[in-house]
Amino acid sequence: MLEIRNLHAAAGGKPILRGIDLTVKAGEVHAIMGPNGSGKSTLAQVLAGRDSYDVTQGTVRYRGEDLLELDPEERACKGLFLAFQYPVEIPGVNNTYFLRTGLNALRKARGESPVDAVDFLALAREKMKLLDMDEAFLARPVNVGFSGGEKKRNEIFQMAVLEPALAVLDETDSGLDIDALKVVANGVNSLRSQERAFVVVTHYQRLLEYIVPDFVHVIAEGRIVKSGGKELAHKLEAEGYAWLEKEPAAAKAAR
Amino acid sequence: MSEPTTTDQTLQELAEREYKWGFTTPIEQESLPPGLDEGVVRAISARKGEPDWMLQWRLKAFRHWSTMAEPKWHNVHYPPIDYQAVSYYSAPKNAKDGPKSLDEVDPELLKTYAKLGIPLKEQELLAGVAVDAVFDSVSVATTYKGKLNELGIVFCSFSEAVREHPELVRTYLGSVVPATDNFFASLNSAVFSDGSFVYIPNGVRCPMELSTYFRINAANTGQFERTLIVAEEGSYVSYLEGCTAPKRDENQLHAAVVELIALDRAQIKYSTVQNWYPGDKEGKGGIYNFVTKRGACRGFRSKISWTQVETGSAITWKYPSCILQGDESVGEFYSVAVTANRQQADTGTKMIHIGKNTKSTIVSKGISAGRGQNTYRGLVKILKNAEGARNYSQCDSMLMGDECGAHTFPYLEVRNETAQVEHEASTSKIGEDQIFYCNQRGLSNEDAVGMIVNGFCKEVFRELPMEFAVEAQKLLGISLEGSVG
Repeated sequence: MLEIRNLHAAAGGKPILRGIDLTVKAGEVHAIMGPNGSGKSTLAQVLAGRDSYDVTQGTVRYRGEDLLELDPEERACKGLFLAFQYPVEIPGVNNTYFLRTGLNALRKARGESPVDAVDFLALAREKMKLLDMDEAFLARPVNVGFSGGEKKRNEIFQMAVLEPALAVLDETDSGLDIDALKVVANGVNSLRSQERAFVVVTHYQRLLEYIVPDFVHVIAEGRIVKSGGKELAHKLEAEGYAWLEKEPAAAKAAR
Repeated sequence: MSEPTTTDQTLQELAEREYKWGFTTPIEQESLPPGLDEGVVRAISARKGEPDWMLQWRLKAFRHWSTMAEPKWHNVHYPPIDYQAVSYYSAPKNAKDGPKSLDEVDPELLKTYAKLGIPLKEQELLAGVAVDAVFDSVSVATTYKGKLNELGIVFCSFSEAVREHPELVRTYLGSVVPATDNFFASLNSAVFSDGSFVYIPNGVRCPMELSTYFRINAANTGQFERTLIVAEEGSYVSYLEGCTAPKRDENQLHAAVVELIALDRAQIKYSTVQNWYPGDKEGKGGIYNFVTKRGACRGFRSKISWTQVETGSAITWKYPSCILQGDESVGEFYSVAVTANRQQADTGTKMIHIGKNTKSTIVSKGISAGRGQNTYRGLVKILKNAEGARNYSQCDSMLMGDECGAHTFPYLEVRNETAQVEHEASTSKIGEDQIFYCNQRGLSNEDAVGMIVNGFCKEVFRELPMEFAVEAQKLLGISLEGSVG
């Protein structure tokens, strides 16, 4: 599904990613962990096509295509979804209209007919149940006046409606209390399938109690310095990130 | 970032979009030669067969205008206007005798309207819209007259009102915007060509939206419309004004005056979509639009509501205002002003609170793109006796790109300590974040910008009658929002 090879990216001339290698297959859940400033959110943004980052080296293939050649909306239309760390407010535009326009853009790209307002409402109601959301949500402007938890729920709700092939979750757990975290995790888990892959970016192991990953990767200074199974997350939780620095060999080997 | 991004390109494309309605109609014009003196004022009056009082009114205005200087306080810049190089009257020749029905209207003219998307014949079928179409200076067709007549409503061209309802015109003309009010209003008072007149009798609710489409066609001919709307006690009227103008290389001068009078418990809703030719990318051509619009809430609990969507003109200079004389009267101003390319707008409102417990609301949305300069200028004035007056003002500016400008000049004069005045203002750059977020959900840059701008203007659009809201959104390159939610 996703093959990242030696990916380097910079922002304003400052290198952030310094050679990421990662392979994600359909049906897998990969967790990307790492200390603040390690580049994990940058990786998520680069995958989605944010143009404030310059890719300086490396390749990314997504479902057989050169991902880096595609505009952000083309990536979205081909099934790549990013749940934002900081969901953006769009005053005056209601959630329903926003999401239906997005869904219909995706459907159009797939050669499908647009969903009308009535059918969309039925679809939206069904998906909202997954996330224990109030229907009043639908009529509110996109993310305006939402609490941090509501914004994150809204991201997962959008993911549920858009049904991506590859979902990248960027610190979806930040700012969530334990109840909200469970709800969001349930939403994600209900979408897990053999056809769908997840890349879950998180600072804390906590989320991974509920969204159990197949693989855990640790990023430091723009590289993946350690990969393993879900037990790696536990080790990080218990020992923090400091021990990684004592294993410079791993970092050097990745260079 | 030094490289232009795709987002910037889309913004640029939107900002530089060609004016779609640029065409001219080859109808013979009967114009006066350029220049302005008393002789021209007399000639205009004579051609229109006006009574002496009307001529004297014009002459008084002209004499006053001759002593005035063009205002310079505004934040718009343009080369000096040579008022002697402008022709002050033009009329479609064939309309000289006045058509009795649409069938008598010059087919070329009807075609022009069809191109603008306002086929008059189909207008009759459109739910509840009567059209008094002004082509350059002479009204050529009026529909729905019969039905309005039954209710005692007068909706006709200004010239006809001078002939048929001189007592009403004499009572109210210049009573809100005096002939000596300001440079452009005085000019209009001297040379106004035609316009619309509306009179709603006591207790009558006008059953349809009254609508006028203005259009400038003759090259180098100023357009000087005059609109007067009188709403008697307990009456209601919603009036729509929309304009598009054909493409021209020379700047065209437009100085309109609109006067509204609302008596006890009367309500007037006045909506405008202004799409005069804005000039090309380099700012060449385009209309100079200097407009004086003012409403007097004379009566107890009267209400005047202005809604405007200003997307056109090279220069826009207008401040639709409310004089809140009647106790408990209400004034509203909802505005969207868009400046792209090299357009400049200096627009806003004045709310003058005189009566007790008067209320005003101001919502202004300015959008600047390209090298556009957008200025909000508003005055809220609470006089000494205006006990319990309240005002709420909200001025939001949106910037697209980094070569445009937004400016806000709110003036407050409060002379009564019981007044409550609130002002909120914001300036935002159309967010890269917002656009990227939309992109990530599958929307193209153009759709994203359209959606964000539409959302930004929503509070104003929802004040517009439906068909106008649709046109307004089209003008901003936006598809209509979904019906759900």
